[in-house]
Order: sequence, then C-alpha cells, then structure tokens
Amino acid sequence: MSLAIRAFEKAYTGEPAEIDRFLDGRSFPLQEGTTTTFVYRGEAEEVRLRHWIFGLESSLAFTRLKDSDLWYLVLELPELSRVEYKLDLFRHGKHKWIRDPRNPLVAHDPFGANSVFQGVGYETPEWTRPDEEARRGEIEEFTLESSAFGEERTVKVYVPARFRKSRRYPVLVVHDGSDYLRYAGLRAVLDNLIDRLEIPELIVAMTDSGDRLAEYTSNPLHDRFIAEEVPAELEKRFPIDSDPSAWGLMGASLGAVATLSAAWSHPGRFGKLLLQSGSFVFTDIGDRNWRGEQWDEVVSFMNTFREAPGLPAESLFVSCGIYESLIYENRSLLPILQATGMDVRYAEARDGHNWENWRDRLRVGLSWLFKGPLWMVYE
Amino acid sequence: MHYNCAVMGPILLLGPQRLRPILDRVMADLGIEGRIAAITAGWQEREAEDDELAEHLSGRTVNLALYRRAEQVFESDPELAAASHERQGLLKRAQELYRLRLDHSMAAVRQLMQRAEETELLEEEVSAAFEVVRRLDDGHLERVRKIHSGFEEMWMPLERPSVAEQRTELVEVLSECDAVAVAGGHVAVLLNRLRLFGFGELVGELPIVAWSAGAMALAERVVLFHDSPPQGFGNAEMLESGLGLYGQILPMPHARRRLRLQDPNRVTELARRFAPRVCVPMDDGDYLRIDGPAAWAEAPVRRLTAEGKIERLGAADEGRRTRGSRSRRAE
Repeated sequence: MSLAIRAFEKAYTGEPAEIDRFLDGRSFPLQEGTTTTFVYRGEAEEVRLRHWIFGLESSLAFTRLKDSDLWYLVLELPELSRVEYKLDLFRHGKHKWIRDPRNPLVAHDPFGANSVFQGVGYETPEWTRPDEEARRGEIEEFTLESSAFGEERTVKVYVPARFRKSRRYPVLVVHDGSDYLRYAGLRAVLDNLIDRLEIPELIVAMTDSGDRLAEYTSNPLHDRFIAEEVPAELEKRFPIDSDPSAWGLMGASLGAVATLSAAWSHPGRFGKLLLQSGSFVFTDIGDRNWRGEQWDEVVSFMNTFREAPGLPAESLFVSCGIYESLIYENRSLLPILQATGMDVRYAEARDGHNWENWRDRLRVGLSWLFKGPLWMVYE
Repeated sequence: MHYNCAVMGPILLLGPQRLRPILDRVMADLGIEGRIAAITAGWQEREAEDDELAEHLSGRTVNLALYRRAEQVFESDPELAAASHERQGLLKRAQELYRLRLDHSMAAVRQLMQRAEETELLEEEVSAAFEVVRRLDDGHLERVRKIHSGFEEMWMPLERPSVAEQRTELVEVLSECDAVAVAGGHVAVLLNRLRLFGFGELVGELPIVAWSAGAMALAERVVLFHDSPPQGFGNAEMLESGLGLYGQILPMPHARRRLRLQDPNRVTELARRFAPRVCVPMDDGDYLRIDGPAAWAEAPVRRLTAEGKIERLGAADEGRRTRGSRSRRAE
C-alpha cells in the first residue's frame, strides 16, 4: 500500500496550495494500518518527534518535503499503541517543545500536557469517563498529625456512594492520590467500577508527598506514615474491615517503590498491592545503577528486597508499559515475586510511563485485587 | 419429579427499576390499589433502605424484611445457622468445581463456532459441544438440588419453631396485601431467604411483580451472566434451580451492560445453550407478563435467537409453558 505522504511527495510540484489540499480533510497523525505519519507545517530548521518510547531513539527527525514548510515523519507503531509526544522545533538556534497543533488529543500530567497518538485498536476505555448513571462517591479530606514527619499531613478520602457506618469496608491507600484524581480520573473510575459491581464498595485514602524523591525512595519515616499512621487514623474515622486481606496499597513509578517498601517493612498490614510502572531500579554488580546516584536509595532497597522479598502481601498486581525503560526492571522483578508464593498477576500495555497508562490498567488491577459482586448482584 | 400446581395470579417481570422505574404503572395496570408486600432481601443489610421504593408506590409498601427475619432465625437457632453455613460452603465449592469444567467446555464450543466452514460435520460437532455443556449444567443443578434436599431432610427448616414463627407473621402481613414486589440485589441471598421461608407457598394467589435478581430467583433456573467481566472468560453459569414459579423464560437483567448483544456469536451461544428456554434481555422499561401458560410482552421486550439475532418476544412464544408452581416440592 502506498502511503498518502509518499504519493503526495511524488505528485507535489511546489505549490503551497497543494499542501493545503493534502492536509485538508485528513486528521493527523495519519494512521494507515499500523503506519503513522506525523506532520508539522511551519518554518523551522529542524523538527523532531520527542517521545518516551524506550527502544527507539528518544527524538526522531522529521523530513522536510522538498523545499516546502511541510515536515513529516513516518513511524511504524504496533496495534494498541498509545504514545505521548511533543514536537521539538529548532528555530533561530533554539529548541522549543510544543504540542502537535494538528492533534486535538492531549494528556495531562504534573509537568503540563502532551499530545497523544492512539494506535490501531486503542480506545480510551469507556469506564474511565464519568457515567451519569453511576452513583457518585464523595471526596472528603482530613489532616493528621504525623509523628513520623513531625508535621500535619492531609489525606483525601473517597467515600463510596451509599456509605453506611454500620458496614465494614475494605480500604485502599493510594500514593500520589491527588495526581491519580487529576490525571488518571480515579474518582470516575471508582464510581464506575463500584457501580458496575466490578469492585466492592471501597474506602480509598489518598496521600501526597511534597518531596517524592526523599519520601518515596524507601524512607522508613514514610513507611511508618503509610503503614501505621494513616491506617490508625482511617480506622478511627471509618468503619474498616481489620483483616489484612481487606487492605490494599498502591502507587505508580516511585509511588510503587514506596508501596513495596511500606508493605515489605510492615508485613501483614496490607494484603493487596497494586504496583504500576514501579521504579524498581536495582543492580546485579556494584551499588550504583546507570541511572545515577539519585537512585542509590532505591537501588539499595530493591537489592535488599530482591535478596529477601519475604511476604509483603498476599496478592500483588503489577503493571508496566512496554514502551517504558522500566519494563526491564518490572519484568525482572516478576519471577522473584512469583517465587515467594504470593498470588501475582502481571499486565503490560503498549504505553509509556504516564498517568493514562496507569488509569487504563486500574480496572483489571483493582477488580483482580478487590473482587466485586457482579456475578451475584443484579440490582 | 413433578410440581404441585396451585391457583395463581399473574407474574410480571420487569427490567431494572433504579433509574427509570415503571413499577407504579405496572401496579396500576394490574388494578392494585391496596398494600404491596415488598421483598428487598437481595439488598442484604440495606434491606430496610426502601424509601425510594415506598415513595414510588405512594407509601403503600410493607417490607417483609426477609433478610432481617433470616438473621433473627439464625440468631435464635444456632444449629440451623451452622448447618446453613455449612451448606453455603458446599454450594460455593460445588460452584467452583463446576466453573472449572465449564470454562473448558465453553472454550470448545467457542473454538468450534469460530471456524468458518459451513459443513454438516462442523454443525454436528458444535451441537455435540453444546450438549456437553447442557449436561454439565444439568449435572450441576442436580448436585445443588441434592445439597438442598439433604439439608432440608436433615434440618426441616420450615418446621422449626424459629422459622415457623416468622412464617406465621409473614402470612398475616401478606393477608393484608394485594400484590408482592420482589426487588433485585444479590440473587443467591434473595433465593436463600425466599426458600427459607417457603415463599412459593406463602404467596398464594397474589400477583407478583419482580425485577432483576427478583425475576431471576423466581425462574425455573437461575443463570448468572456477564459477557465482559474484568476477569475471567465471561461464561454464563448455572447457579441453581430457582423457585420455579415460571418456566421457559430466562430473564437477563441489565442486558445493555452485561451482554454483548451486538455479537451474533455470543447471542447464539446463549440461545443455543439454554434452549428450549428463551433468553430474554431485560432493560429499563421492559415488561413481561406471565399469566397462565403464556407470556405477553410489552414492547420492546426481546429474545435471543439461535441464529444470533435479537427478536421481539412475540406470538411464537405464546403457548409456551411458562408457569411453574408456587408450592414447588420435589418428589
């Protein structure tokens, strides 16, 4: 099959109006099977695609169409891929990263927003969007005086619809809770999964950290905060099932390291762990990973954990994007987790280290850890 | 096995009532002006939270509180409670074992159905594969029936004072009602409570309006289903026999959410597996009346066909034996 851009390149005679006609009526990035054409139109000395696909060069150069102001890049992306990217324009000796002006799809994260390419077969899961038929839970907030940190900490709590004080609820503690709410649509996801009976009615406590590099890198103070102080406060405020199998802990990236660390240092506290794209950086030789010294604390913890994983929980759900560099660390961790006898489930997706990847894995992860009554309940 | 048939009033099966209820209209069509006995035991500990239901029916409901009554029975009769608990464990285990075999048998059905050939040989194999599944389903129902009959013979729950006392009260409440409304919820819990108090006999000739799990529990067989669960294969499974107040119809509530009705293979799979029973998807607004030997559907009630289509439940279904018995006893 001849690609549209190749055919156009052959036919192009140098008239700007021809480019207008080529672009009009097509949406970009242009998908032709699993081949994708990215374009940029404008003056530049160089245009590059900045993406976060591990395994490809981190920036890929566009080609200028003859002497025109149209730049293009043809890329083969497998089915079900989802790629976040920016365009890197080099003009007047300066680089400028912009979102793709021709692509309305955008994903947000704490650093701003990226353009999103959705490959063949990928669709934003319907259950991630607010559903007006779903009963809505409430978000409450409380502060607790943390003796571990010697300061007040705020915890947000998702309280499911139809909450009753006379019931005992399972609970999930979430690292980077505000980001999960903002960038992964956690509230709508919980509303939908609970309303569809795919997970049980759940209390979800969401913590945040002002200094993730210090606190999420297997910090004993943070472990204490998560595994002792937050649970104690939750038990004071909410009717929670005390059985460890009713307690879950989750996090993404460094939040997954913090999750594993808190559970490992407090075995028997959390029965269920959800680890998303964990930064499980380790070394087989020496103490320093190629990523640099800022990872030393994580490396130290992960090396210790890998030597003696113990039984930090009963069930673990691990997920990672195939396009992340951390896929190596996550795949490497898997046999170690499985050898412990814990119940381990693993999922991969053609996605990167980003919030929408983590959002998209919530249904399969949460519903496996917290089994909902959908087979038995027909309201 | 045969059933004692009592004289009965109509049974009306409705789609889900939470978002767009039609229960009040249905009761009006039935000419019900008096009190309505409500069964919300499927809501379990939320049983008493029936304000919306009561309001929808202009405050005419009286909740039979079967869930609470069962809790009282188990509290006052620890022997029965322990035996019941043990039976639940057995039922759960039987379901797990059945599911294991079912997954493999259904995989065979699907693999065969996915083959593109249109040969007689393939059709024979598909039919044989469905037959294996049907035998598995029947075997499971029989095992569960034995578990229940063993329990009933051993513990005779209806004759125990703890249950008899509640039944006396229930008879009195029902004698002042003109109809019974059975809500959905947890179908196994609901069925358990209905059985515990011998609902089939208690209800007499009163019209029954049931929806979601309520409709499922009154059927001859209770089929659990979800085509796209987040885990597992999505194989519909037999739970156990229902109260058998009507036959032939398998109500499938929340079909829009639970069934892939746009997938002809999936539709065929359900229709052929459960034939001669008719799979009836029940969504908001659906309304099916079973009165005597026939079923009448108010538009737009549908049925699944073996050809993978969704058709209006119509004349072809009239005359089917849809009626079971309200005083069902295995003999």
